[in-house]
Amino acid sequence: MFWQQLINGITLGSTYALIALGYTMVYGIIQLINFAHGEIYMIGAFVGVIAVAVFKINIFLALFMAMAVCIIIGVSVERIAYKPLRRSTRLAPLISAIGVSIFLQTLMTVLAGPQAVGFPQVVDDQLYHIGSVTVSKVQLIILILAGVMMIGLQLIVKYVKIGKAMRAASEDYDTASLMGINVNRVISFTFAIGSSLAAAGGVMVGMYFNSIHPLMGVMAGLKAFCAAVLGGIGSIPGAMLGGLFLGIAEVTGVAIGYGGYRDAIAFTLLILVLLFKPTGLLGRPIQRKV
Amino acid sequence: MDSLIANLISPYYIKIFTLVGIYIIIALGLNFITGVTGQLSFGHAAFVSIGAYTAAILTTRLQLPFLASLLLGGLLAALVGILLGFPILRLTGDYLGIATLGFCEIVIVVFQNTEITGGTIGLSGIAKNTSLTLVFILVVITIWSMYRLQNSRFGRALLAIREDEIAAHVMGINTTAYKIQAFGIGTFFAGIGGGLYAHMIQYLNPTDFGFSRSFDYLTFVVLGGLGSIPGTVLGTTILTLAPEFLRFVDEYRMMIYGALMVTMMIFRPKGLLGGVDLAKAIHALKQKNKKNTLSGDA
Repeated sequence: MFWQQLINGITLGSTYALIALGYTMVYGIIQLINFAHGEIYMIGAFVGVIAVAVFKINIFLALFMAMAVCIIIGVSVERIAYKPLRRSTRLAPLISAIGVSIFLQTLMTVLAGPQAVGFPQVVDDQLYHIGSVTVSKVQLIILILAGVMMIGLQLIVKYVKIGKAMRAASEDYDTASLMGINVNRVISFTFAIGSSLAAAGGVMVGMYFNSIHPLMGVMAGLKAFCAAVLGGIGSIPGAMLGGLFLGIAEVTGVAIGYGGYRDAIAFTLLILVLLFKPTGLLGRPIQRKV
Repeated sequence: MDSLIANLISPYYIKIFTLVGIYIIIALGLNFITGVTGQLSFGHAAFVSIGAYTAAILTTRLQLPFLASLLLGGLLAALVGILLGFPILRLTGDYLGIATLGFCEIVIVVFQNTEITGGTIGLSGIAKNTSLTLVFILVVITIWSMYRLQNSRFGRALLAIREDEIAAHVMGINTTAYKIQAFGIGTFFAGIGGGLYAHMIQYLNPTDFGFSRSFDYLTFVVLGGLGSIPGTVLGTTILTLAPEFLRFVDEYRMMIYGALMVTMMIFRPKGLLGGVDLAKAIHALKQKNKKNTLSGDA
């Protein structure tokens, strides 16, 4: 029972983690809570459905297609709505992000209709039994894909030049640009990576729950955002840890009979963690300059 | 009074104008927290919902008079705000915003799982007590008290906290106490607005008070200009009327609304009346006139 819940929790949590990575990387560099990120995830899921149901494409190719489309959308959103506001007050890009989020939500509602859309079954429902634990093929695919993507991201950030530039920019934006780093390129790249991960998360959630909806980005985005803050916003391993932690907590909460409070579990945990560790589990303390 | 107005304008406009008034009261409360004191709050809708449910339950279940339950709703919202403020206002900047956002979502879920609030079905059968005249009077009172508060010793201390919390603390301002008091005042007005809203719409549902509603209020304040009372009033009026004016584009309405928010931010990132102080502007104008008359005499 416990191990079964743990596997279910990790599956859910790894999708949260994929979305949370986008929040955390963007916040790390430009200190912006990108509220439109949940909508990117939703669009990713829709592109996945269209690719699989209409064009009858293989699911893995559909995943790549969703990621490609979302990279384009994510980078253009940054160019249009955030870039002109780089030097203004903190709240202006936030409001702009909310505007983008409303725009994308309504756009999808107009295009796809306000009702939920079924995700075609692309993976046969084979079950694997390991001891007392049952893992479905979908769960296995999600776990493996999410794992590969997270390891890939770590490698990029650690060893590839643009990844190092990302770390430099998140350490000190101004100094990085003085040292010859093209900060605009770094920010575009960050949005591209974050959006592609969110799109992958969207397609996986569609596969897992078999249903997608134009407003699905709102709650998932908020929870993923919680995961990012919980782990320490700006920290990539923190986002992964936070996502898994939230997924497990939510599944456990539902299993022990708090199903009605499902959406509150994440937020209660968030507030508790913030009260005791104000910058999250793996976050660095805030520097206060006098 | 209202029957007189009803002869002049259609009920649809009365409803819209009442809503604008209610939102102005709520947004001024948020302006006091975020604009004047500089504490980011994404959870204002939670306090509106507390005020709305309290007032509605008191009038429907206990048959309390409307104005008394309105006041009690405001006071309860303020009490919750103060109790929440003690632990949560230690957080700064975005983290405070995130924690209040979490609180907002928790309040919805609690209302959805409580019997007295009608759960997910919502609370109906609330008497229609809110009138345009009453809302107008309350808006005037709110604006007046906001001016008094902002230009008092207390208000100037809050401005000092907004500009530099550490410096304010060193200058002998008890920042924690001031921030909590400001939060209490802001949430009080949210509660009052909530009670008015409940008795105008006559139906309450927890999902009406989600975080997206909190963002609506924040948008009113930021678009008008943080910390500016006329700015908040203007921002609220424009943004409440905008979706109504956009009805002719039907399903693209909210798309245009979203795009409008982005465009307005790009062209006026400080808000429409950001940094504009009406009292100062009038004073400057008077000075200028005086100068002109003087130079005219000479």
